[in-house]
Amino acid sequence: MKVTTEQIKHVAELARLKLTDEEVKSLNMEAVIEFADKLSELDAEQIAPTNHVSDIYNVFREDVEVPSYDRDDILKNAPAKARGCVLVPKVVE
Amino acid sequence: MNYESVIGLEVHAELSTNTKIYCSCKNEFGLDVNTSCCPICTGMPGTLPVLNKKVVEYAIKAGLALNCSITREGKQDRKNYFYPDLPKAYQISQFDLPLCTDGYVDIDVNGEKKRIGITRIHIEEDAGKLIHSVMGDESYVDFNRCGVPLIEIVSEPDLRSAEEARIYLETLKSILQYIEVSDCKMEEGSLRCDINVSLRPVGSDKFGTRSEMKNVSTLSGTQRAIEYEIGRQSEILDNGGVIEQETRRWDDAKGENVLLRSKEEAHDYRYFPEPDLMPIVVDDEWIESIRATLPEMPDVKKARYTGELGLGDYEAGIIVGNKSMARFFDKCVELGGNVKAVANWLQGDIMKVVKEQDITFDDISFTPEDLNELASIVDKGTISITAAKKVLAKMFETAEKPSKIVDDLGLAQINDESAIEAMVNDVLDKNPQSFEDYKNGKTRALGFLVGMVMKESKGKGNPQIINKMILERLEAYKNS
Repeated sequence: MKVTTEQIKHVAELARLKLTDEEVKSLNMEAVIEFADKLSELDAEQIAPTNHVSDIYNVFREDVEVPSYDRDDILKNAPAKARGCVLVPKVVE
Repeated sequence: MNYESVIGLEVHAELSTNTKIYCSCKNEFGLDVNTSCCPICTGMPGTLPVLNKKVVEYAIKAGLALNCSITREGKQDRKNYFYPDLPKAYQISQFDLPLCTDGYVDIDVNGEKKRIGITRIHIEEDAGKLIHSVMGDESYVDFNRCGVPLIEIVSEPDLRSAEEARIYLETLKSILQYIEVSDCKMEEGSLRCDINVSLRPVGSDKFGTRSEMKNVSTLSGTQRAIEYEIGRQSEILDNGGVIEQETRRWDDAKGENVLLRSKEEAHDYRYFPEPDLMPIVVDDEWIESIRATLPEMPDVKKARYTGELGLGDYEAGIIVGNKSMARFFDKCVELGGNVKAVANWLQGDIMKVVKEQDITFDDISFTPEDLNELASIVDKGTISITAAKKVLAKMFETAEKPSKIVDDLGLAQINDESAIEAMVNDVLDKNPQSFEDYKNGKTRALGFLVGMVMKESKGKGNPQIINKMILERLEAYKNS
């Protein structure tokens, strides 16, 4: 399967990766996809689709409140904070 | 050209569970910033979400109330996008196996019933809240809302006007409130909607290109936003233009929408199954136990009010539309109260106080028994309506029994004809001119005399008796 430079740039953009033109060129994405495509050679016609690799289901919590973390602890790792909030560059959508 | 509008709504309702969807932090609006957070809802690496069982039950309950099929094997998926209010950089949602599918809701459009299809209902987590600084170039992030459970209810494109869309949203809101899965407070953002609108020439059965409008958070805004968008698209089409598939943002204050993203900039969410969460398997027994918790639905209730109870369509609609009022009313009816009188009190004088005090009918200090008693002493003629209003005001203050308040304030109406006659005689003796006035066609002389007797009785005389007695005397003089 052919992977175009545009597709690589688009995926990089979605993942917020900055790639130089050299890096884009040097990426052998086709080999990666071919490797994954190997799976489609298998005949899975008779196998029921799995929604999860494990066969465990219905793992629930009861709706009971547990005290939250102290705000100072929650914000401890934030690179910037003010007024009890994490501070981020302004992004308005 | 004449166009038909085709409208579909995606409604997000925050569920009123005690805790968040994947962690045990409190789910409550209006808390101090970042005080209901833990490593799970703030997306710290290495944490594992565990699904709140109540979220599944509430979603199924909503599905049953909206006549959906319940999915027997559901799963959750990751929806990937970057935005500072979403610390994990993905939202856990449901992609191809939502909990509920293929339902419908019947709405009443000016007396005509219309069935609106529900495509699906899925569960997902809400994002946090950004507070943008006005002057600077930074934003403050409050994670309290991260992980608040949501259901997204997607309608079929069955709505044909802005008004229908508003009615659909109102109906949905009242159903969700009735089944107590969401408080649907639009002013607190617990009910929000995205709106898809497209136009097509009248008579065509092909869909036009649709736009999606975000950020609509009031009922009236829904109608206005759609009317605006229909106008915008008609103008483009009339001028030979083409509608672009794009996302627009509604600005309620300005009453217009602006372009948010074009088709080229559309998000690419790259959904994939959430590996941290196990499939949700629902069996008949579970569904039936949830079905058993469903209360009487608003449309069934309304039919009972207008049929069995004989209320008018309008007043039945008002009571049904206010859950706590309906609860109070149902209790009054159950206890054998005067249906019409109680309905009038609730929608009139009591509603006024409830609004003024910003409370619900559940918070009223007196009981349905008390209201029935008030209606009954008015029916018996013990007190006048005017006096009853005074009693009601006192009931709000003191929560005392109406009969006791009537005694304490000495409001009991004078119905004793001989006592009233004495007062009438007295007033007529003092105002002989009124007989002449009445004879000469000045009918307001009657009102004047009734007023004088009412004053004489300190407002306690039965006005009907006084009126009748004076009228008889005036007529007798006129015809003599």
